[in-house]
Amino acid sequence: MNIVISNSSDEPIYEQIKRQIKNSILCGELKEGELLPSIRNLAKELMISVITTKRAYEDLEKEGYIVTRPGKGSYVAAQNKEFMREMRLKIVEEKLSEAVEAGKAIDLKLEEMEEMLRLLYE
Amino acid sequence: MMEPILEVKNLRKNYKDFSLKDVSFKLDRGYIMGFIGQNGAGKSTTIKLIMNLLKRDGGEIKIFGKDNIKHEIEVKNKIGFVYDECYFYEELTVLEMKEIIASFYKEWDDDLFNKYIKEFDIPPKKKIKDLSKGMKMKFSLSIALSHNADLLIMDEPTSGLDPVVRSEILDILSDTIQDENKSVFFSTHITSDLDKIADYIVLIDNGEIILSSAKDEILDNYGLVKGSKKLLDEEMKKKFIGIKVNNFGFEGLVNDKKQMKRIFGDKVLIEKPTLEDVMLYHTRRDFNV
Repeated sequence: MNIVISNSSDEPIYEQIKRQIKNSILCGELKEGELLPSIRNLAKELMISVITTKRAYEDLEKEGYIVTRPGKGSYVAAQNKEFMREMRLKIVEEKLSEAVEAGKAIDLKLEEMEEMLRLLYE
Repeated sequence: MMEPILEVKNLRKNYKDFSLKDVSFKLDRGYIMGFIGQNGAGKSTTIKLIMNLLKRDGGEIKIFGKDNIKHEIEVKNKIGFVYDECYFYEELTVLEMKEIIASFYKEWDDDLFNKYIKEFDIPPKKKIKDLSKGMKMKFSLSIALSHNADLLIMDEPTSGLDPVVRSEILDILSDTIQDENKSVFFSTHITSDLDKIADYIVLIDNGEIILSSAKDEILDNYGLVKGSKKLLDEEMKKKFIGIKVNNFGFEGLVNDKKQMKRIFGDKVLIEKPTLEDVMLYHTRRDFNV
């Protein structure tokens, strides 16, 4: 798994970590039951605060991506197929709405965007 | 919930021309706390009071839950202490000095010490006065880390050192808290050392704590706002911690950048501050609003 941190980005560092671990889980790079690095080890490797990695893990746990067993560590949670599909759909939706916004900014019509999408899809 | 590893409450110390005013903060096990402020703000005085090298005029200091004066010997056995100045006998060699210090500690670990001086390339037979500044600091650290201390307290450990040595020292500090029972408390005016690894920040100015918070909270919520002078009126200025105005615009620090975004939208540039910005805008009198 790769995690790259930008210190100049406006996105808080815990969000950057969350997003990247989430992506690794959603694309299947991190498999169900796989052990994640400890929060302290991750903080040390990335040269960031323990609080940052802790926050990222806590959020990931709340959202159901990982489970933490006290004293043992954090694992990728058992994956519910429905849930995973929904999450992936959400990503598609997000990217599409970005594209729609970019299109609207230059006054593209819906038909023009549909045409573009069709070409890309094929 | 475990008690804090270090707790300072309403600490007071009065001098003729300077006083510490009710200094309070606490540090839990497993974290790194950076103690920042300009020279003369009270950092060293606070640390000396924690180490009972000065007599306090009021307040409480608890280390591992115990009073630092009543249980001084017990507590100090578990503290690794690093000063910015060299407090060793300059004429002794590294090994001779080590022997003297080791005898003071119950849990001295010679193997660990040898591992560190090898890792740091400290020549064991060299006299202390012949070591470079960086070497002396690494020697102090080796000593501080070799008696199974739970709390590392350091006064300006990185001042006067080059960036390579500083980064090595920061690596060791993050190594230290891999054990979640250990903590590091260190003062510095080189805030860039803390931008990365510190978990908590305490900012002291003129003997008073003016900010004490998780570093992430500060860096994620504070914003450095830049824009045209026309945007500033008296009411608006009150929302800033400090403002610097020049002929072409202003730059100011706020503690709620989301609010600024709502008010100004795209009319201003809002950047993530560094701890140095936070310290400067809080403490430079001429930036005061």
